[in-house]
Amino acid sequence: MNTLENTAAVGIPPIESAAPATPAIPARTFQPKYLLWIVILAIALLVPFFVKDPSHQNLAILILMAAQLGVSWNIIGGYAGQISLGHAAFYGLGAYTSTMLITLGSLNPWLSILAGGLLAAFISLAIGWSCFRLKGHYFAMATIAVAEIIQIIFTNWEYAGAAVGLTIPMDKQGWSVLIFADKEPYYYLALGLLLLTLLANLLIERSYLGYYFRAIKDEPDAARSLGISLSKYKQIAFAVSSFFTAIGGSLYAQKELYIDPASVLHTGLSIKMALVSILGGVGTLFGPIVGAGVLTLIEEGTRMFFGGSGRGTDLIIYAALIVIIAVYYPSGVLGWFRQMFARRKAQQSQRAQGEQV
Amino acid sequence: MSLLRVENVTKRFGGITANQDVSFQMGAGQIVGLIGPNGAGKTTMFNCIAGYAPPTSGDIWLNDKKISGYSPEQCARAGIGRTFQVARTFTSMTALENVMVGAFLINRHVATARKSAAELLDFVNLGQFKDKHAGSMTISEQRRLAVARALAVKPKLLLMDEVMAGLNPTEVKETVEVVLKIREQGISCLIVEHVLEGIMPIADAIVVLDYGKKIADGKPAEVSNDPKVIAAYLGDE
Repeated sequence: MNTLENTAAVGIPPIESAAPATPAIPARTFQPKYLLWIVILAIALLVPFFVKDPSHQNLAILILMAAQLGVSWNIIGGYAGQISLGHAAFYGLGAYTSTMLITLGSLNPWLSILAGGLLAAFISLAIGWSCFRLKGHYFAMATIAVAEIIQIIFTNWEYAGAAVGLTIPMDKQGWSVLIFADKEPYYYLALGLLLLTLLANLLIERSYLGYYFRAIKDEPDAARSLGISLSKYKQIAFAVSSFFTAIGGSLYAQKELYIDPASVLHTGLSIKMALVSILGGVGTLFGPIVGAGVLTLIEEGTRMFFGGSGRGTDLIIYAALIVIIAVYYPSGVLGWFRQMFARRKAQQSQRAQGEQV
Repeated sequence: MSLLRVENVTKRFGGITANQDVSFQMGAGQIVGLIGPNGAGKTTMFNCIAGYAPPTSGDIWLNDKKISGYSPEQCARAGIGRTFQVARTFTSMTALENVMVGAFLINRHVATARKSAAELLDFVNLGQFKDKHAGSMTISEQRRLAVARALAVKPKLLLMDEVMAGLNPTEVKETVEVVLKIREQGISCLIVEHVLEGIMPIADAIVVLDYGKKIADGKPAEVSNDPKVIAAYLGDE
């Protein structure tokens, strides 16, 4: 049951971070929770040494990649509260930009991936400029429309392989070309990218940007009265989110060495990114990681159980999950943990008070 | 010299004229009450000054700088703080974080913002609720929290929209004390209010609107004896 250990490694953080004792002042003293983080990170780094089965390694990579996308989506959808259902557009833009630069322009893959991220961020500014005039559901619908348009463009663009897609030739291997025969390097790439995206999220959360994003989500009118330009900060969130989503797309392209509109620009991808975040806990640092673990296991699990005949089973489970989250746990798995924790703490303090009396 | 000058401001929404040719002035460090019956156009006047609804015609000046046509965020930077009829606190944040959002306009450093936010919470007597979630505070506390948040942008003029409505007498007294303390800081307050017992004793001047037009302004005592004002509130004989 090595796979379960993998997911546990990625799945533990929320329980820990559920502690409401998030210090208002960054504590200089060493806290036990940092030790836990180091242990989790160490386990995550060591997974490929214990998990040797390529299909299990692949599952771990899929979870990390889904988590990275959820964390990226969370910046605009979670913190800033602007639900984008068109993030597949940025994922695809990243994948296509890096792949085209590598195969057609024979550019260095590291630079190509960076270029894909920057292009996606740039395009997000153009999309945001027009779409952020819309509020709530209308913004979500506009993002769907934009993603559809980009999907249609790539399906019909001959130079980009049209509906057939693009293949990255596997003639060379190694870190300079980012192509590997084994799964381990991809595991570390996915883990590294996830950590980088988390770091970006953490820095945003701790800085004034995080406060501004949450203010915009809570009460846009009040935010304006405090000198916050809604369009400016929504665009910053959107651009950062798009940048990391695009890099996730490039990583997918390097891992699969083949992309087509159906695999990187599919509407279902956009929904999955949102769902990973919403399921785990919207607007929280580690929520998307929990969500990614749960969703990827459902996806791969149904695939294993039902094989080809069970196509769409995961969608049925997704749908049921959405209903359950919306009705019972709007704050996601992480929020549920926090509530449980807070309730227990309240009970304890009440009991303690009772004893005093 | 006047801090705020409203000159012949008219605001129309389609065929409805919410404000018609309204002019008034207020000086630095003054408390001015903007009163009038329901639907008199008080909140619209507020929105014109704070940039939420630019006037159809007429101009608004803050310290001899024309601010009519500014966006709300530009108005905030120009020195106008405001509260809303419903407090509109950021409910996912604690009281301290709410005020910090405002303080970031002055200083982007988290530690500095936290420090000045804590001071402002003490200023409005909410110091002990620093870590309480805004969503779980009472209406009165949320209103004062909104005042602290607006003060965090270091305004020259604070617009308060019905800060006393729906409060019990003790809470009204608390709020009045806060308003007086704000004036001591040299910040002018323009207050839209229904609770006349709250505003009349502390205001330096009162502006009365009725059906979008200014029908009177002056010292509270003069205004409350003005037959036009009495007619507007109690109806004609």
